[in-house]
Amino acid sequence: MSTSIPAPQEAATPIVIVGHVDHGKSTLIGRLLYDTDSLPEGRVAQIIESSKKRGLTIEWSFLLDSLQIERDQGVTVDSTRIPFRLGERQFVIVDAPGHRQFLRNMITGAADAEAAVLVIDANEGAQEQTRRHAMLLRLIGIRHVIVLMNKVDILDYDQHKIEKAEREVTELLRQLEIEPTVFVPASAREGDNIASRSDRMAWYKGPTLTEALAQVPAPSSRADLPLRLPVQDVYRFDSKRVVVGRIERGRIRVGDEVVVGTHGARARIATIESWHTAPQVAAVAGQSVAVTLEPDVIPDRGDFLFPASDAPLRAARIRTRLFWLRQEPLRVGESFKLRLATAEHQVTVAAIDSVVRLEDLTEHPAEEVPPEGFAEITLAVSETMLFDPFLPGTADGRGVLVDRNQQIVGGAPLVGVAESVAGRNAIHPTGSGVSLWDRAQAKGHRGGVFWMTGLPGAGKSTLARAAENRLFARGVDVSVLDGDTLRAGLCSDLGFSEADRRENVRRAAAVARILAESGQVVIVALISPTIADRELARQIVGEGFHEIFIDTPQATCEQRDPKGLYAAARAGKIAGFTGIDAPYEAPVDPALRLETTQQGSDETAARLASFIGDAIRIDNAAGRQRS
Amino acid sequence: MDDLDQLEAQSIFILREAYRKLKPLAMLWSLGKDSNVMIWLARKAFLGRVPFPVMHVDTGKKFPEMYKFRDEYTKKWDLELLLGDCPPVEDIDPTLPPAARSAARKTAGLAAMIDKYKLAGVIAGIRRDEQATRAKERVFSPRGSGHKWDVRNQPPEFWDQYATPHEPGMHVRVHPLLSWREIDIWRYIERENIPLVDLYFAKDGKRYRSLGDQDITSPVESNAVTVAEVIAELETSRTSERAGRAMDHESEDAFERLRVAGYL
Repeated sequence: MSTSIPAPQEAATPIVIVGHVDHGKSTLIGRLLYDTDSLPEGRVAQIIESSKKRGLTIEWSFLLDSLQIERDQGVTVDSTRIPFRLGERQFVIVDAPGHRQFLRNMITGAADAEAAVLVIDANEGAQEQTRRHAMLLRLIGIRHVIVLMNKVDILDYDQHKIEKAEREVTELLRQLEIEPTVFVPASAREGDNIASRSDRMAWYKGPTLTEALAQVPAPSSRADLPLRLPVQDVYRFDSKRVVVGRIERGRIRVGDEVVVGTHGARARIATIESWHTAPQVAAVAGQSVAVTLEPDVIPDRGDFLFPASDAPLRAARIRTRLFWLRQEPLRVGESFKLRLATAEHQVTVAAIDSVVRLEDLTEHPAEEVPPEGFAEITLAVSETMLFDPFLPGTADGRGVLVDRNQQIVGGAPLVGVAESVAGRNAIHPTGSGVSLWDRAQAKGHRGGVFWMTGLPGAGKSTLARAAENRLFARGVDVSVLDGDTLRAGLCSDLGFSEADRRENVRRAAAVARILAESGQVVIVALISPTIADRELARQIVGEGFHEIFIDTPQATCEQRDPKGLYAAARAGKIAGFTGIDAPYEAPVDPALRLETTQQGSDETAARLASFIGDAIRIDNAAGRQRS
Repeated sequence: MDDLDQLEAQSIFILREAYRKLKPLAMLWSLGKDSNVMIWLARKAFLGRVPFPVMHVDTGKKFPEMYKFRDEYTKKWDLELLLGDCPPVEDIDPTLPPAARSAARKTAGLAAMIDKYKLAGVIAGIRRDEQATRAKERVFSPRGSGHKWDVRNQPPEFWDQYATPHEPGMHVRVHPLLSWREIDIWRYIERENIPLVDLYFAKDGKRYRSLGDQDITSPVESNAVTVAEVIAELETSRTSERAGRAMDHESEDAFERLRVAGYL
């Protein structure tokens, strides 16, 4: 190789800036870059122009808010990374949005940070997002936290007032077992104690922000910990089987003996394969390697290679912390894939052990984890898995929950093995290894539940069957669950009391969910007279539930009376008949409303079929038409 | 491990994830320095081979040197090359400023190729430091139907867990170079001795820092004729890499609009 190889450099240290919206994160970063002369040519002029256009003098946050919506709305919607240099040291500043609904963007930026700057408006003190972000810093394991008490100019740089605000923050962080490295009293807008020492706070003897950043320790090496090499893939090139993956900790040497995954086969590292490098006999944490094993055992993706002397834990029930990223609550019984390094395990939420109350960061028992909430939960795994408990500064125990649509819905730092308990909690539902995406690919459409509600005689079953025919002809895997058919079989033990009717709805919804999860389109035709009934169904089915209201006036239904039920009810032979002596609550905001009196029944069925077709993306069902 | 080793290891990890999870998969080869580095990293990840096709979306307006380079290295690197062309500029959204409109041809050409080969994954060589809008990207960036980038609704991405598509008709843009900076690319080219089109090196006091279509790319003042000299020049430079790309500067949101529609 050439002799002009550049001198090796340290990798950049990622620093995340977090804090409540409007506490001054973006201004701080703008000021930091400006004061340290880190801005590219022309950028300042660009910002002045962009600010002027919006009637502002100079808005530092425009440096980071690169999207038009961000500049116009004055909120950062997604995290940004900016390279930044202090002397010889490289940093990457990660600006995470403070707005509540953008928690998932914050975690995206913050998860790999080596240190955090928590920006707090010294006048307002800690706010909801301050607490939320501090909680997240704890859960993702960031130990080095610099607290920047911002906007101290409004407190007249007064030592007494500023220190009082600091004490409140210290108290809050203590609950999270976060001990800040330093408090820096500062004004980002005025430039006090950012890159240069403020002469308006002679009482403050600590570091400026740049001095505090320079003191952030370099990441500790993972090379001296026991080996963990999660298998990423196995290739077969040139009749040689090669196991690839990134060493998460420890090191390997040719000749080392390792244990392979849960099945525990032993093998030796026979060779380390590479292209365009000097021959390798050893590799350390952080490297992406390719190895051959002797004997030639075949590991699966997700198997760990580890030393026999230092195995991971093994369990089928795991206690974990959770930061929940979905906008809907989480309940016991929900199933997910737990991704841990390259492994995927089928898990079910067996218990919600406690939920964090954000007002005061205390833990309480609860039935559900609220949207974007923090909790401790117990996961039941479909089969025993290997894991290491979460350890800040390493990749250990970094669990992530993924839903049926392959969306990441939560972070789950694994705490340890959970005690097994008897009773209801001992249920271990298993989940399918076939994803909804796989099924949709195979069938050419997505599954879904189309829940038709309406008065008796409104035409639900007739329409459902007509739509079924049409959809089937277009290649859709479709079935109908109607009230009478269910009552003839699955629900034959049920009567018409309120409790039995509700149970009828519950069973219909549970069956519909199973079918929809198998990729089918399910049309349910059920009076389901109350809003509560349909809400129950929606909850059971979850995603992919569509409410359809068959809006036929009662007079028309009674006139049609295909089963003679209205006549019987009028004659007093049936009690509690919906529409006569039991109420029907029409849907407030159905996904589709069909009036059966305006149009011919063919046209109405066509509308229903086309609505369903759109919802399941039938356009992708190419070449599957049945004649 | 120094910083280049770490960047290399991370990119290899990303490429192997893409190869495992996204099928069919292809890599964009713009013939520029970044995509050459990307091919090099793929050969590192897959032990000397590139086990998926590389795509060149040809605007027909590249420099002759680039076409020559393409033909030479397709053979030398044993690449399976897929070629696609772009619609005429008359077919593109006329409300875009002129250079952006011209650049958008490539978006349309790329979309056609993704549809034609029903790709689940497309590997592209964009970097966060190139442009502020790209700084908001994910490593795995899912694109909905119509290939739109929904910047307000990006999936969470942390602890090296990446989003994979969940609906028919979606694809994922994979960005293995997202964390690299321009100077890292050049230092890696130097270290690994990766071949480049010679337009990157100065001739008569000018060189190209970024290569796009001939009519909307301009060279910068430079006397750097070797990789080492380019690195030395970058260490003192204060201008941005894409300063020579006209469509980045036409209006405040021109580049954002391009990217939302599926531009790289």
